[in-house]
Amino acid sequence: MESTVLKVHDFSAYFGDNQILKNINLETGSNLVTALMGPSGCGKTTLIRCVNRMHELIPGAKVAGKMYLKDNDIYAMEPIVLRRKIGMVFQKPNPFPMMSIYDNVIAGYKLNGIRLKKDEFDSIVERSLKGAALWDEVKDSLHRKGTFLSGGQQQRLCIARALAMNPEILLFDEPTSALDPKSTAAIEELIVELKKTVTMLLVTHNIAQAARVSDFTAFIYLGELVEFGPTEKMFTVPKDKRTEEYLTGKFG
Amino acid sequence: MNDHTTGRMIKDKAFRIIVILLACFSILPLLLILYFITRNGIAVINWEFLTQLPRPIGEAGGGIFNAIMGTGILIVLSSILSIPFGITAGIYLSEKTEGKIANIARLCVVVLQGTPSIVIGIVAYIWVVAPFQSFSALSGGVALSIMMLPVIIKATEETLKLMPYHLKEASLALGVPYYKTILKVILPTGLSGILTGILLSVARITGETAPLLFTAFGNQFMNWNLFKPIDSLPYRIFYYAMSPYPEWHAFAWGASFILVVLVLAFNLIARGVAVKWKVQF
Repeated sequence: MESTVLKVHDFSAYFGDNQILKNINLETGSNLVTALMGPSGCGKTTLIRCVNRMHELIPGAKVAGKMYLKDNDIYAMEPIVLRRKIGMVFQKPNPFPMMSIYDNVIAGYKLNGIRLKKDEFDSIVERSLKGAALWDEVKDSLHRKGTFLSGGQQQRLCIARALAMNPEILLFDEPTSALDPKSTAAIEELIVELKKTVTMLLVTHNIAQAARVSDFTAFIYLGELVEFGPTEKMFTVPKDKRTEEYLTGKFG
Repeated sequence: MNDHTTGRMIKDKAFRIIVILLACFSILPLLLILYFITRNGIAVINWEFLTQLPRPIGEAGGGIFNAIMGTGILIVLSSILSIPFGITAGIYLSEKTEGKIANIARLCVVVLQGTPSIVIGIVAYIWVVAPFQSFSALSGGVALSIMMLPVIIKATEETLKLMPYHLKEASLALGVPYYKTILKVILPTGLSGILTGILLSVARITGETAPLLFTAFGNQFMNWNLFKPIDSLPYRIFYYAMSPYPEWHAFAWGASFILVVLVLAFNLIARGVAVKWKVQF
């Protein structure tokens, strides 16, 4: 494996007295897509939210164990600093409705009060939109509201917004579950393309999607990491009986 | 078609007619008010009426410039006093759906909304008029701002509660601190709803008379000093309507016309803002 970007070590998460995640161990290498799959309620979304500490928004959230982002202890950092290094794309496209496409892309800078020159912003916007394969569609309407775009375009705008911050890792929380098949295919293509430059963690309940885009797959069931390994290997010769049953559609 | 169905269809028609009739009936009072005020008030409306000060009885002409300006000053003053508190309290209540302080505050807002305006006037008298030893525009502004508060708080709370959660997540995930997320993302997105609430609260206080009787008090002259008594449209109407002179009665109608037009305008602008600035998600 190439250099480690995210390392999860003996990690557990609780909401109140409920243990959601049980002793997860995981490592993701740079420029790889790691898919987290499992049935609904298995804890995969909780795991991804623990990476940028968004789970702390829910009262009663507790964690045990360690997580490292490039050797920095995630739980020793300020959440605000941490989240600027981690991009996140959510289930539902969520561009800022009162901002133009242009302002949406640089929202991470604008909202955080980071001032740059106009031409620097221009180049960030162009680079990020090109990275999100949206530039050609919106380059003539950069100053229109982002909410006029289609659902798939909005999701790519959100990806561009995350890319603009030069994230060390990009988190996808079921990014295509609210999109139609065509937009889904476009996003999947984009994820494969983005691998050249970004490390990604992808939550999906779609087994086929995990197979199509990821290099490594983690199968999570009832808060436990059942199996983790190269996607190809897991999908052809799963080691654990539960993984095999899940992949063949016996549950989930 | 058998008798059974015919009977039902007649009932259906009758019901529909009754509903329409009663609905028309309910808007009748408003139409009548507008009719009478326009018929009796429009005659005295002219440039002089809007720009001149009242003249003593016996002298023809004059206007209600002081009352129009006074109402304007009171609106600005009470808005300045109530908007910061109202929006802040609204933000707090929308963020904190549970909790002891929030629930007590929510109850207080409801009670405050139902508090008779004359009582609020007395409170403003004790707080502001008594210590300053003088009726004043400021005390009137304080009384009216207390009346605006619950409307603004409720409007802000309800508007911000409608903001989708994923919007806040989007901002927080970019590393934007919580307070900036509220001020730069949530608040601007809900601006039209909050503005509508503010305009409706202004419309509500524009016609308030009771709390002004012993706070702003009324003034025959134009006064720009906030620590001196000030005139207002409702007070001028009250004063003229209570007088024994027919000329003043005509002026009371004229002032009523102006007041109703103002309130109507605020309501229409509020509507316009709500429709035009509606944010799409």
